Amino acid sequence: MVPKPLWLLAELTYRCPLQCPYCSNPLDFAGARFKRELATEEWCRVFREARALGVLQLGLSGGEPLLRPDLETLVATAHELGLYSSLITSAYRLSKDRLAALKQAGLDHVQISVQAADAGLSDHIAGTASYRDKIAAYHYTRELGFPLTVNVVLHRTNLHQVEAMIRLAESLGAERIELANTQFYGWAFHNRDALMPTKAQLDAAWEVVQRERARLGNKLEIVWVLPDYHEQYPKPCMGGWGRAYMTVTPGGEVWPCHAAGRITTLEFANVRDHPLEWIWSESEAFNRFRGDAWMPEPCRSCPRKTVDFGGCRCQAFLVAGDAGVTDPVCSLSPQRRLVDEAVAAAERAAAAAEAPAEWAYRAAPASRAIAAKG
Amino acid sequence: MNRPGPAVVPRIAPKARLQRDEVRDREVLLYPEGLVALNETGSAILNLCDGTRSVAEIVQALKQRYGAEGIEGDVTAFLDGLAAKGLVTYAPPAPPSYPPTPSAPPR
Ligand code: SF4
Ligand code: SF4
Repeated sequence: MVPKPLWLLAELTYRCPLQCPYCSNPLDFAGARFKRELATEEWCRVFREARALGVLQLGLSGGEPLLRPDLETLVATAHELGLYSSLITSAYRLSKDRLAALKQAGLDHVQISVQAADAGLSDHIAGTASYRDKIAAYHYTRELGFPLTVNVVLHRTNLHQVEAMIRLAESLGAERIELANTQFYGWAFHNRDALMPTKAQLDAAWEVVQRERARLGNKLEIVWVLPDYHEQYPKPCMGGWGRAYMTVTPGGEVWPCHAAGRITTLEFANVRDHPLEWIWSESEAFNRFRGDAWMPEPCRSCPRKTVDFGGCRCQAFLVAGDAGVTDPVCSLSPQRRLVDEAVAAAERAAAAAEAPAEWAYRAAPASRAIAAKG
Repeated sequence: MNRPGPAVVPRIAPKARLQRDEVRDREVLLYPEGLVALNETGSAILNLCDGTRSVAEIVQALKQRYGAEGIEGDVTAFLDGLAAKGLVTYAPPAPPSYPPTPSAPPR
């Protein structure tokens, strides 16, 4: 039996005023594949079809979703349908009036990223001066009574600030801070050498998290997203392929996870051509890795296969070149050395006190150049 | 911290929302990044958490509706579980609305 989805991540646009080098958007986000964005009515139909399929949680993301002038309409539609909606935003130029209009339309929750604990570093990582807007938006969020998640993506250049990040979230009265160690997809994979943390950095940050959790109790929830290259077993990616989760891209392609578009051996159907129900239940891409019949060894006979589902298909494709093998992050994977090498390179560079590699900012010109190369 | 005695008034936290899930024929409590699936009893309890009823009154209402006895422990445990996740908050017992409370003397 085909499971029913609970989550829909709606990537409303790949346009974004920020340029984070760890962005999980596709490298070719500015290319022809994502050019033509879905219209308002098309998104509303997607939301209706998703709800009928069983979806209850809606993430409104991007790129920067605030760039869609119809965001209020989309939120209102989601609200009428009974979807719990979260706005996932950089908060660049977000005014209190706009946020109030979104509240009025029925938005349930706001997640605002920040790139570091101070303006200088945050703006440097974002590639765009945006820290002040973020801090202002955090306050608007609280004033309007939204539950607030502060999201920080962690990597080599900001891991030393974890304590200051937690204090910032605490002072803002946030419900929750998500300390998300960089997952190496999209631009983050492209910039992996520049972003890869050292083991010592991760250990120090983890100690801070434990100490701060003990201090704060349930006043502030601290979510620590594991740095999977440094783990022994892979994450249960998306709770399993085609099991609970789907992403719809700005141009209407439907992916089992927001990184899946990179898997060139799969063809993804588009909501412009097919009903969502068919794409979820019948399409080749969603069925290819559903369940466990596709699994090779060592997953096939591994007791953990019901826990982690063999890990991440996108990571298997990116690192090992084959979406159908065990996630190379797994210590039992025959390709684990590919991950170990990336980790060891970062340790060597740090031990030699070399500056980390330069990163490429996520920006349209760089993206178009990559798209042109194919 | 409020210890949830029978007189406190439980309320669904602002970040959470009760929602009918027609597809799976149940109710769920939705919150940022997650949900709690509810069985019939859980639904009944949360639907009585309207911000005016105390725990004791909720228990009373359930007893009347289902004719169940000795459910105080279960109701309290269920609500405490949600409170630990920040999905339910407890307010002190509401002051009686009649007679009107005289203005408080200076402390
Ligand atoms: S990660 Fe940064 S660049 Fe990418 S969409 Fe989010 S804010 Fe924009
Ligand atoms: S072998 Fe496969 S199922 Fe077992 S732990 Fe590794 S990834 Fe998970």
